[in-house]
Amino acid sequence: MPQLLEVSGVSVSFDGFKAINNLSFSIGEAELRAVIGPNGAGKTTFMDIITGKTRPDSGTITWGEPPRSLRGLSESRIAQEGVGRKFQRPTVFEDQSVADNLLMALKKDRGPLAVLMFRPSQADRDRVAELAEEIGLTATLGRKAGELSHGQKQWLEIGMLLAQEPRLLLVDEPAAGMTPAEREHTTDLLKEAAKTRAVVVVEHDMEFVRRLECRVTVLHEGSVLAEGSIDHVTKDEQVIEVYLGR
Amino acid sequence: MADTAFAAPPRRPLVLRQPSILVFLACLALFTLAVTLLADGSGTGAISTSFVKTLGKTLCLCLVALAMDLVWGYCGILSLGHMAFFGIGGYAVGMWLMYARTRLIVVESLANAPLPPTPEEISDGIATQIFGVVGASEFPPVWIFAHSLTLQLLAVVLVPGLLALVFGWLAFRSRVTGVYLSILTQAMTLALSLYLFQNDSGLRGNNGLSGLQNLPGLGEVPQSAISLWFFWASAFALGLGYVLCAWVVSGKFGSVIRGIRDDEARVRFLGYSVEAFKLFVFTLTAIIAGIAGALYYPQAGIINPAEIAPIASIYLAVWVAIGGRGRLYGAVIGAALVSLLSTWFTGGQAPDLVLGPVRIQWVDWWTILLGLSFVGVTLFAPKGIGGLVDLVTERRSPSRHGADLGPDHGSLREREAQE
Amino acid sequence: MFRAAVLSVLLVCAALPGRAQTADAPIQRLLQENAEAILKSSRKTIGPAIDALAASGLPAAQSVLDRWQSKQMWVDETSGLFVFAEEIDRDTLKIFDIADGSEIGDVADDGYRQLKPNSGIRAMIGAALVQFQLNDPNPRTRLRALNAIERDAEESHLAALRATIEREADPGLRARKERLERLLTIRFGESDAERIAAIESFSGDFGSDLRATLNPLLQTSIEAAETEPEGDEVKRLLKPGSEALPREAAYQILVDGGLAKPRISRGDKRNALIANIEDGAVAGIRVATLDSEDARDRAYAALAETGVVQPVATEAQVDETLDRFVFHERYVGAPAAVALAAQDALDAIEFRVGMMQSADLLLDAISLASIYFLAAIGLAITFGVMRVINMAHGEFIMMGAYTGYVVQQLIPSYTVSILVALPIAFAVTFAAGVAMERLVIRWLYHRPLETLLATFGISVALQQLAKNIFGTQARPLTAPDWLDGSLVFNDVVAISYIRIAIFVLAMIFLGLFLFVMNRTRLGLEVRAVTQNPRMAGSMGINPDRINMLTFGFGSGIAGIAGVAIGLYAKVTSEMGQDYIVQSFMTVVVGGVGNIFGALLGASLVGSLQKGIEWFNPSNTLAAQTYMILFIILFIQFRPRGIIALKGRAVET
Repeated sequence: MPQLLEVSGVSVSFDGFKAINNLSFSIGEAELRAVIGPNGAGKTTFMDIITGKTRPDSGTITWGEPPRSLRGLSESRIAQEGVGRKFQRPTVFEDQSVADNLLMALKKDRGPLAVLMFRPSQADRDRVAELAEEIGLTATLGRKAGELSHGQKQWLEIGMLLAQEPRLLLVDEPAAGMTPAEREHTTDLLKEAAKTRAVVVVEHDMEFVRRLECRVTVLHEGSVLAEGSIDHVTKDEQVIEVYLGR
Repeated sequence: MADTAFAAPPRRPLVLRQPSILVFLACLALFTLAVTLLADGSGTGAISTSFVKTLGKTLCLCLVALAMDLVWGYCGILSLGHMAFFGIGGYAVGMWLMYARTRLIVVESLANAPLPPTPEEISDGIATQIFGVVGASEFPPVWIFAHSLTLQLLAVVLVPGLLALVFGWLAFRSRVTGVYLSILTQAMTLALSLYLFQNDSGLRGNNGLSGLQNLPGLGEVPQSAISLWFFWASAFALGLGYVLCAWVVSGKFGSVIRGIRDDEARVRFLGYSVEAFKLFVFTLTAIIAGIAGALYYPQAGIINPAEIAPIASIYLAVWVAIGGRGRLYGAVIGAALVSLLSTWFTGGQAPDLVLGPVRIQWVDWWTILLGLSFVGVTLFAPKGIGGLVDLVTERRSPSRHGADLGPDHGSLREREAQE
Repeated sequence: MFRAAVLSVLLVCAALPGRAQTADAPIQRLLQENAEAILKSSRKTIGPAIDALAASGLPAAQSVLDRWQSKQMWVDETSGLFVFAEEIDRDTLKIFDIADGSEIGDVADDGYRQLKPNSGIRAMIGAALVQFQLNDPNPRTRLRALNAIERDAEESHLAALRATIEREADPGLRARKERLERLLTIRFGESDAERIAAIESFSGDFGSDLRATLNPLLQTSIEAAETEPEGDEVKRLLKPGSEALPREAAYQILVDGGLAKPRISRGDKRNALIANIEDGAVAGIRVATLDSEDARDRAYAALAETGVVQPVATEAQVDETLDRFVFHERYVGAPAAVALAAQDALDAIEFRVGMMQSADLLLDAISLASIYFLAAIGLAITFGVMRVINMAHGEFIMMGAYTGYVVQQLIPSYTVSILVALPIAFAVTFAAGVAMERLVIRWLYHRPLETLLATFGISVALQQLAKNIFGTQARPLTAPDWLDGSLVFNDVVAISYIRIAIFVLAMIFLGLFLFVMNRTRLGLEVRAVTQNPRMAGSMGINPDRINMLTFGFGSGIAGIAGVAIGLYAKVTSEMGQDYIVQSFMTVVVGGVGNIFGALLGASLVGSLQKGIEWFNPSNTLAAQTYMILFIILFIQFRPRGIIALKGRAVET
């Protein structure tokens, strides 16, 4: 199966500290993947590298078909290529309405002039309504995002990601601060999303990962420690030692 | 169901989406009409010509404040360089005014000479007249287009635009943000004013350009009429600028730049090239500032490098902050109120305040009052005067745990509150 | 009766001189031997007489030459004896003995003739006198004579100087004499070889006197010739229209040499035409058509043909004429060989002086850098450590300077007042800083742009307040005497003591800062609060107190910087503005949050400004402009400054 994203031999260091050390990782077109690891394993940095926020010192990042390099592209270029990212804490534009937030995320021409001339068509509005329904925010479309509850903001952000129609979705600890019911909803949504695109979920919570029923990559000290099904990695000696054993 | 909840029905005209536009335009039209009827030039004379000029200048300041609000209040770039663009606009139009008027004077003085003047004699005469004060008698290269009104008007738009484009490209490209960017723009402004202060800058050093209130070829027309023309032009430009700015901030573009103000990184991960948007806004507002300056200085009559000094740009930020940033009418109110008050207080018209044995002369103490009131506004009324409007319309903001909608960290504030 | 007695006394007196004079004094005898030449007073024949006097070794010879030169020597026409005399009034002289200068008495001037040496002879006498002065037993007189020669040397001094070197006993003076002798040889030496040897003897020297001697030798003049000139004295060929020889200047040389017709200025042409207007036309060309320079040229040419005005060259003729000539630059200050030797020597000097100037520039840059560092160090603390923009920082500097001024009004001794002013300035600005932090800043943490604006409001208010209190006039802050003057290394390299003091002060503060931050409990707490206020709070540190103290400390240093800056710059209400942008530049360029960053930033900004000024010394405004442009570009490549924090620390 052709890989959508292939990261190989990437390293990055901050003031001598190697945050990512010769890391290799790949994911296919429609795949769900969980990335776990203890604190400081480099999970966030790993996502920073893929999204262009952090420039790697060495290694290659290839993307799509035909493969091209993502290294050196700006964050916005990478996002336009189809990499969507959800942050750990919900980051939505609180000063603007839910509808505006979603409208901004819709997959459209991102150039300043095009944006200036943009007027939403009926199709755009329908799509926004559809997304709102999917994330359960239909009733709050006209309200400011800042007025939403924490969980609703998480949903809004997921909705915005879906609106972007990314080919690869990077999700950082989506379940943090959610009620059990919300978690279940989130699991379903991620599984659903992974049917049409690649989804990488960075998670701390082993139970949540287990429920995702997907391949798991374990990071430790900036490189891949183990990879495979959740059962496989939980049996791995090394993984138990550095992560699960405590 | 979804359609009713979704705020924007199809193709609603701009003025309906932004009701403040109509209110503003109506107020501006009423004001213009009132001033026209009361002005010296129209016969009633209730408002002196010099006060008409002051009002006209105030409208220009409102226009540049609009630009400042767009770039700072909406896009979060605290530029301390927009009065420099304003000044450049003034210089560009001032060069033509000074050239054309001096040319008329020189031609007139040569008309009685025994020989008809040659082009070289006229050119030399103009150069001596204009640059004698800095000890030069030849036209510096920057004056190459001064003979043409069209080209100089083009320069009003192009020079600030290009400068903003180059500077902005350099600054935004290297991700200079926040206070760093402010300091950098301040440095740019300082560099420009220091450059203009030199005698060999070609723009008459600290003498600046003068006599700009006299329109060449219109010596017959009294200043009372000219002042009204410029007042109308300023009002028209302000109205146009307001509609333009309102249009820019109303749609998705407005969403994006407010997004940039509140969380630049998030906008970037949505796939928008933050740098391009910032550059667009920075350049557009620089052009608006240039046009405002081009209208302002013919009413002021004189421009010199001191007008470009960084302090002027900081005052611009003060006006916008006092008026209320992030809302266009706030910028206009702030600029009008503070600049008119400043004129009143520093003009010596305000009566002294007698506090027992202490006699406070406003000429000396107004600046202190302004500085302190500015601190007060920042601390206690971050929404500025515009915040009063919210009280009236009860357009309550989302709960922000007491914090304001500052351009610094609008959404970050929420995060901090959660911790 | 009485009157007759007086008259007879007078007569006796008048007769006295001849008798009273010591006609056989050696000096008088010497003069008598040369009397013929002296009385003839011709430049051609006087030489031996002056030489004889100069070489006589008589103690009176010098005063004789002196008086002779100043036209105070007279000759008794009856006896032929020489006397010194002063004119009392039109008819009366007071005469003195030439041997010992003793007064003889007043006489009627009949029978005495004044010696009136012409300027040529006076110069010769002067040269002879110089020798006396150079040999004077009093070293001060010798030194004065040397100084006089250095100021205004003449050819004759050379021989006089040479004659006295051997007898010079004082080693210092002897060295100076020898140096001066070589310098004079360069200028006045008889043969080229002698002069070149003298030039070469200075190898390795770069004194300004040597440069002043060599420079005139390199004087050139630009000349024109029809054929290419040859010979050593031709320095180079010049092209008309080049920078060294503008076209107009080249043509003017031809005109001055009578080799070409003159050109005419526009104004003259116009005046000539106006002078020849007849019936509304000039030479048959109607005046109304003369509205271009071409038309005027034609009219003038027509006039010239009628012979009314001188023909002048048109531009085309100018070009053609210029083409026919070769222009060259020729040494005229000295023979070619000497000039070339001087050129070589000057080139070598130039190089050494360049090195020295670089060293001087470096000193200047260091002192400017320490001023910026001093101004910026407080800012580095408030901006760098606390991330608080304090636009009123410049006004704290001003407050410190005014504090110094007020203290000087109260304490007359400059030394004491400065020593008192430093801690008081610190205290005043510390208090102001703490007050500002308590009242304003602490409500605005995490809102840097608003802090910037609020502190700007304070800056404006403080500036106006100072203006209201102290007026717009600049107030002096006088440095104590021991800070006056400069430490001079040589002709080129020097540095004033005030600047050294400021440098020392800057270093003290660097040390103090490092000590406080790294070695004290306060520093530890400050660092803790900077890095993680919440955690620090839970460890029992009171972040409010720490922020207050840090801000006060930064402001206090600004106050002390104000006193230092006030010592060499004027104290005005606007002085803070002069430093605020540079200080921000220093902090930003250096890298926020690091004192060494501020140090590097100050060095960069300071040396940059001095460096640019060196290229264009007349224009400090331009230097500042270019420096700021450079910094804007610099930020492009190092957006976070020279010493940049990386990684997660940047995000927070």
